[in-house]
Amino acid sequence: MAYFNKVLIANRGEIALRIIDTCKKLGIQTVAVYSEADADAPFVHAADEAVCVGPSQAKKSYLVVDKIIDVAKETNTDAIHPGYGFLSENPDFVERCEKENITFIGPSADIMKIMGSKLSAREQMQKANVPVVPGSEGKLNSIEEALETAETLGYPLMLKASAGGGGIGMKLVHSREELERAFDSTVQQAESYFNDGAVFLEKLITKPRHIEVQVVADHHGNVVHVFERECSVQRRNQKIIEESPSPFLNEEKRAELLEAAVRGVKEIGYTNAGTMEFIFDEDGSFYFLEMNTRLQVEHPVTEEVSGLDLVEWQLKVAAGEKLPLVQEDIQKQGHAIECRLYAEDPKTFFPSPGTIEKLTVPSENVRLDFGVIEGSKVTPFYDPMIGKIIVHGAGRSAAIENMKRVLDQIEVEGLTTNLDLLKQIMENKDFVSGNYTTQFIKSLGLEGVS
Amino acid sequence: MADKVLSPLPGIFYRKPSPDKDVYVNEGDSVKEGDILGLVEVMKNFYEVKAEKDGVIEKFHVENESEIEAGQEIATIS
Repeated sequence: MAYFNKVLIANRGEIALRIIDTCKKLGIQTVAVYSEADADAPFVHAADEAVCVGPSQAKKSYLVVDKIIDVAKETNTDAIHPGYGFLSENPDFVERCEKENITFIGPSADIMKIMGSKLSAREQMQKANVPVVPGSEGKLNSIEEALETAETLGYPLMLKASAGGGGIGMKLVHSREELERAFDSTVQQAESYFNDGAVFLEKLITKPRHIEVQVVADHHGNVVHVFERECSVQRRNQKIIEESPSPFLNEEKRAELLEAAVRGVKEIGYTNAGTMEFIFDEDGSFYFLEMNTRLQVEHPVTEEVSGLDLVEWQLKVAAGEKLPLVQEDIQKQGHAIECRLYAEDPKTFFPSPGTIEKLTVPSENVRLDFGVIEGSKVTPFYDPMIGKIIVHGAGRSAAIENMKRVLDQIEVEGLTTNLDLLKQIMENKDFVSGNYTTQFIKSLGLEGVS
Repeated sequence: MADKVLSPLPGIFYRKPSPDKDVYVNEGDSVKEGDILGLVEVMKNFYEVKAEKDGVIEKFHVENESEIEAGQEIATIS
């Protein structure tokens, strides 16, 4: 039985296609919304119905709540899947869906608000005894308070906006002088970008690894984890390569991490799929960083090791069903790696929009979550990611060998991609040994444009 | 002699550093080589469009927040 008759996907590209696939499998009708720039995109053709919601710029189309809601009502949509990015973590959108009696496939607006504020998320996690990065207790009300707190914590420190994200509203300070210089401007930036000037201080973790835990919770009090993902290969604070399991964790540490993630999720009464992000110190200590209250870009590595369809689980939970499996029945097998193929220069990371004149990809032993086909235009309006390449292997080295073989068979013509960088990383000794931190890309001597 | 300022990339052209700030320069303003005239947003990245010579901004040919093509004329400096 279908959980919903019709689901609208408030997103584009590969993730829209990914969600449509699961809906089709479950016999659910799909509605795509698209901007003028995406009129001929594969996801528009894949959906049962498709409605244009405005001009190319996201803020005139994919981000316009009224238009999306209007389309949902006109098409008799039961539920909206937000994908990632765009409206997926916007509590106003969730409230609007609730008001219009349309099921939002994700957590409630209230929980989204709590986790959207770094300060309140930290507070909640401390209540649940989940470690957070050592830092100030709550909001810093003045420069004097900041300086005093900094003396106790010790430099270097990160000055962070509570509402910040994507690297905005974050400033590294090494000394009293630097903190004095940074304080007012960070508060102002936070106010103008996020309408919330609250800032706090956190200890800088110098050689961090970024490891996150996939969780799913239903409306009946059941919470499970679906293991971790290692996401330390990043450029400009954005991930390039993810894998599961993490090569950094032993079984004891893994169990400790997974247990802490579930404990935190239970504390806040979270529902649907989400990701608890943690930062690991060199010595193996870990701290809660933030929660992503949505499906992640890199969810396929979790699906490949667990055999689960996370979008199907999201739909079931949103429809009020119980989680299909209990924790003991969720098993992982082998190792999965995902590479993100970006339309950008492999050295400077500068984006490269254009037309995909030629696209050759292998079809065996690989999962390809692509938003484009040969002939597709990659426009300048959205994220430069054109697809995800996911492989599985019996172990980590087998997965790396599989990835190398797949990357060697991929050809993209018409625009610049980071394919060569992905190949280079698969051969890199630090990556191959699993010995890498979020500084890995910088250590290759690559510098992104600012 | 008037020089054309061209966009090196396709994207969205902005005349302001952020929505609540003033424009970088107005028509009629004097600019120096290297001054920022606007931003082009391409795939969530911002590229600064700079004056390539000293002069006066004669005219902007593209409105704030409008779509532009690579090679399109953004402004004229005389």
